Amino acid sequence: MDALDLARWQFGITTVYHFLFVPLTIGLAFVVAGLQTAWVRTGNERWLRLTRFYGELFLINFALGVVTGIVQEFQFGMNWSDYSRYVGDIFGAPLAIEGLLAFFLESTFLGLWIFGWGRLPRRVHLATIWLTAIGTMLSAYFILVANSWMQDPVGYTYNAAAGRAQLTDFLAVLTSPVAIVTFLHTIFAAFLTAGAFVAGVALWRLARGAGEDESVFRTAARVGAVTVLVAAVLVVVSGDQQGKQMTAMQPMKMAAAEALYNTSQPAGLSLFTVGTLDGSRELFSIRVPDILSFLATGSFDGKVEGINQLQAQYAATYGPGDYRPIIPVSYWSFRLMIGTGGLAAIAALWMLWALRRGLRPNRWVVAAGMVLPLLPLAANSFGWILTEMGRQPWIVFGLMQTSSGVSPSTAPWEVLVTLVGFTVLYGALAVVEVGLLVRRIRAGLPAPAETGEESERPIAFAY
Amino acid sequence: MALTDIWFGLIAVLWVGYLVLDGFDFGVGILLPVLGRSEGERRLMLRTIGPVWDGNEVWVLVAGGATFAAFPAWYASLFSGFYLALFLVLVGLILRGVAIEYRNKRPEPTWRTRWDRAVFVGSLLPAILWGVAFANIVAGVPLDAHHDYTGTLLTLLNPFGLLGGLTTLGLFVTHGATFLALKTEGDIRTRANRLAGQTGLVTAVLAVAFLAWTQVQRGDAASLAVSVLAAVAFVGALVANRLGREGWSFIGTAATIALAVVALFAALYPDVLPSTTNAAYSLTTTNAASTDYTLSIMTVVAVVFTPIVLIYQGWTYWVFRKRLSMQLVGDEEPAAHGA
Repeated sequence: MDALDLARWQFGITTVYHFLFVPLTIGLAFVVAGLQTAWVRTGNERWLRLTRFYGELFLINFALGVVTGIVQEFQFGMNWSDYSRYVGDIFGAPLAIEGLLAFFLESTFLGLWIFGWGRLPRRVHLATIWLTAIGTMLSAYFILVANSWMQDPVGYTYNAAAGRAQLTDFLAVLTSPVAIVTFLHTIFAAFLTAGAFVAGVALWRLARGAGEDESVFRTAARVGAVTVLVAAVLVVVSGDQQGKQMTAMQPMKMAAAEALYNTSQPAGLSLFTVGTLDGSRELFSIRVPDILSFLATGSFDGKVEGINQLQAQYAATYGPGDYRPIIPVSYWSFRLMIGTGGLAAIAALWMLWALRRGLRPNRWVVAAGMVLPLLPLAANSFGWILTEMGRQPWIVFGLMQTSSGVSPSTAPWEVLVTLVGFTVLYGALAVVEVGLLVRRIRAGLPAPAETGEESERPIAFAY
Repeated sequence: MALTDIWFGLIAVLWVGYLVLDGFDFGVGILLPVLGRSEGERRLMLRTIGPVWDGNEVWVLVAGGATFAAFPAWYASLFSGFYLALFLVLVGLILRGVAIEYRNKRPEPTWRTRWDRAVFVGSLLPAILWGVAFANIVAGVPLDAHHDYTGTLLTLLNPFGLLGGLTTLGLFVTHGATFLALKTEGDIRTRANRLAGQTGLVTAVLAVAFLAWTQVQRGDAASLAVSVLAAVAFVGALVANRLGREGWSFIGTAATIALAVVALFAALYPDVLPSTTNAAYSLTTTNAASTDYTLSIMTVVAVVFTPIVLIYQGWTYWVFRKRLSMQLVGDEEPAAHGA
């Protein structure tokens, strides 16, 4: 493997790994803020106990999101220096603003929240977790603005003398339709992730016999399941918009995601397609007529461009070359994203129904409790794999190819060292984090006395 | 004043903020096995930085992001060039962050001992390597015509770079000790105070040698003046420490680090990364910069939001201003629920 492949693997591994924690952090921050608000408003201790219980799980998860985020901030320069030189005038601004507006907010106020129990007035303390949550959301917005510019570059001009893209309209970058819809889709997915986590944990506790805390966990399971269902509807709506934009801006990505080799009008939605190994035509396919046209264009007889025609068109525009992403990766990541996300919604629906009927713990409940939190994590990862792998060979669509962005000065062995180093470190940390989460979930809700406000003793909870 | 100069100054401010604030976090982490003689003392030490270390660390993320936005070519050459050194810094920061957050999540002594080691190593690596990095930035590194680094990790570990690393190590340890003396009560406060005096003397020698060598290499009148001020501040810090005036002593070590960073940036200007291969290949505030349009947007954002950040971060320090005593962490066994 050369430095390019190694750098791409490194970006893929570190980013997918980072994004296991991020949606849970965003979603749980709001859930915990909501639980604490319920406590402050009602004074009902069950909300306080849930706040502390899920708050602690939130903190365990937050730590890994933070430390893996540091790598994200630096690896553009480390592994993608020519990319950084080319786009820095545009891409750097949202990154810097993310740090200044979002990272400071979330980290500072989270510190106040952890250590502020019993020290800050109740409402001020409540405000700190809301500010943390807002910080996580701002962070998502700015980083997605940066990513969306790579999908659909707007508000720039190419300066041939300087050999780089230059910003001409920052507002256009901030309000690019791709950025807005990607942000919404991601935030809703984060709520879905957190809802599934809250529900899955509660379900697991219920199945293991929560004893006198049973009613509290039933409440938590309901809160989680409703969050999943509401979020799922919003994920579908925003995802549908995103699909239409993708078809308009990056038709090749949609064609690859659907393994649609030839332009069709109307186009059918593929249920199962097998193509040739060289990715040039389809061998076998089951398709539902007209549905892809509707998803991609909003009309049942809309024209959807195919891989072969787009390839010819791009070769004419950008010069000879292969402009197709790896089609099976796009095709399957698209299906797995929808499949795992959809399964989470179905599981949540089943759960609400079962809770209503008085849910008796059995091995299915345990299994559902274990699997439910994992489904959205998988869906989030597949979504990003589709987004990023489907854009290839471009690093900035239509402007710069990925192969031109890699650092010329780093030797392959150096990239290999950091790739292996980060992967081993991240793997070990994953084991530690899962162990801690399971341990804390097993310990159950904190005893009512432990959550007493007067206890200066900071935090049975954190330190 | 050109926008590029303003941004050179702002980047310096961000690094000052980072190294002053995370500097004492590093110091506390390195001193953990030295001053923390019992489990309770180690917990107390980590409690002093507990509410603030994460916010302190964000300064480096903003410094990195702002460099990307304002001087993309600097960001690109520096981070791809100092590749393995930066990797080690990142590994250190990851270890330290996870260790601080996770060490108290389980009661077993072996669990805690392991994370305490991670805090130590994760603080030591960046404390040395930031000094190595800044020394090399100021002295210059081999850059080709494309501004790409042509050296290796060993190129950075030259005598001047290593002296820089030892200087930041000494400064952060002393800074961390004055912070601990300021934030604790009782026996540990006394020992932190004494230790600050001892490491301070060694650090004074290292820092004077490093700043003098910097001055010989590429200093001007401004960097000389600031270097002298840094030395004066450090002497003040040590005197205050001896007199038991811990607040002044901490202000002194903070001012020393701040002034030393300013001196380095003053010596560096108008380059941002000099090339030792050929002066024409050097990156400067002008050839590494973004467009004036981007810089003016970023200036507005920085002018509006930096004061807000300073206010709420300052408020955090105010909320947690009390000295911590051993009573707080107690010698009780960690509660079953995690403590």
